[in-house]
Amino acid sequence: MASKKKRDIRSILLPVSAVLMFIVIWQIAGMFVGNAFIMPSFTDTLSAFINMVTGDGTIAMDLYYSLMHFAMGMTAALIVGICVGAAMGWFYDFNRFINPVIELFRPIPPLAWIPFAIIWFGLSNFAAGFIIFIGAVFPILVNTYTGFRNVPKVFLEAGKVLGCNTNIALIRRIAFPSAYPSIISGIRVAMGVGWMCLVGAEIFGAGSGKYGLGKNLWTYYNLHQMPNVVVYMIILGLIGLLIDILFRHYVNTQMLKWQDDAL
Amino acid sequence: MSYLSIKNISKKFNGGEADEVVALDGINLDIADNEFICLVGPSGCGKTTLLRIIAGLETATSGTVVLTDHEITDPDPERGMVFQEYSLFPWMTVSENVAFGLEMKGIDKETRNAKALEYIDLVGLKQFKNSYPHELSGGMRQRVAIARALATDPAVLLMDEPFGALDARTRNTMQRELLAICERTKKTVLFVTHSVDEAVFLSDRVVIMSARPGKIQEIVEINLPRPRDRTAPDFGDLRRHILNMMGEQTS
Repeated sequence: MASKKKRDIRSILLPVSAVLMFIVIWQIAGMFVGNAFIMPSFTDTLSAFINMVTGDGTIAMDLYYSLMHFAMGMTAALIVGICVGAAMGWFYDFNRFINPVIELFRPIPPLAWIPFAIIWFGLSNFAAGFIIFIGAVFPILVNTYTGFRNVPKVFLEAGKVLGCNTNIALIRRIAFPSAYPSIISGIRVAMGVGWMCLVGAEIFGAGSGKYGLGKNLWTYYNLHQMPNVVVYMIILGLIGLLIDILFRHYVNTQMLKWQDDAL
Repeated sequence: MSYLSIKNISKKFNGGEADEVVALDGINLDIADNEFICLVGPSGCGKTTLLRIIAGLETATSGTVVLTDHEITDPDPERGMVFQEYSLFPWMTVSENVAFGLEMKGIDKETRNAKALEYIDLVGLKQFKNSYPHELSGGMRQRVAIARALATDPAVLLMDEPFGALDARTRNTMQRELLAICERTKKTVLFVTHSVDEAVFLSDRVVIMSARPGKIQEIVEINLPRPRDRTAPDFGDLRRHILNMMGEQTS
């Protein structure tokens, strides 16, 4: 019991001290450089943050719009990725048919789609959502496909013997739950990629124009307000982390019930 | 009149014209109601293939299987199956697994849960009804698999080396329990095994098969009273006889 408690304390103390140490080094480096344009120090960043929150910053609106872009892209990616991936995994001929096209599109970096996103959707939220969709759809699709492909044959046979005979019933009751862990890890990767694409898409102007974390990170760069840029970088990092933690928490409470290992 | 009738079943797997593999060659077997049949033989003799044809998971190249009054074509819950590997759905609890076949029949939740509990109780796992398969030992999982196969009240129970992965002690326990369950539920059982000891302990008749092509070599009646004593001389004689039969074909 005592050793467990000790380990608990250490598991908090070590990461916290690492972060503190980083902040100290960061501050010293900033002071050493002495130029907030090249190397904003911790205190520069902190005061920029306080100014933005108390003054006329747009953090809340930026956050709102960025999360909206993210949600749009992820929702579309989930629907398309899971449906197409499941169909590819289940129907062998459909896989043979569609796979070459998928393999041609997959290696195109999502940001390369920005020109067409803007031409097709204008400088709208949909354009940003589209880029995130492109980034997120392939990890989901590929993992869903893999999950469906790897459904143990014995599960399908056991299902059939128990009267689960139609394609729909087998997919819904057997293949999908069996592929669930693989799909989940695909979604997790997709969220990471999608979050990265978000910044790129917004910087290049895909988005409604005025708000967005990526968008205004770039605005502050153009205004040469580098401490504000750092604030936005940190916010982007923290939100990405938060999304991952929330997702993992949700999935683990669901999945830990029937799996030995967690995400 | 036989209950389950296997008529002239042949199964060929072809990898091209030249290397056609005859897995089963003209199998005829009549099984009576409430009979316990074990299929033994070397690997490649087609015993599992035969079981899978009866289950409807594979189609015979020629011949028919008739259960009471109808020919078998597709998988159906009237033929319960227990697989060699762990086949429980890991995302379902014990009780959901056992109730699955009933759910597929469209039976309402309350009725099927009550029914499932009955069968979970039959295999002695009542306190684990809300557990997930990964929380159970190998023997317990196979017990749940048996309960699941029985829950839809099938006309025959097909078992494909269900105890193959268990340790010897657990295996013996499971064999005794299976016999008790069959006694209570009055099931007709077709049981595939590698173990001659298991076959003699369980069956009314042991069907010895030979390989390439898969044929029935001999059918041995086991007329020993149950519960059987594995160390009794007549048990040993039967074992020796079957082992000799199987040994002949390898030499």
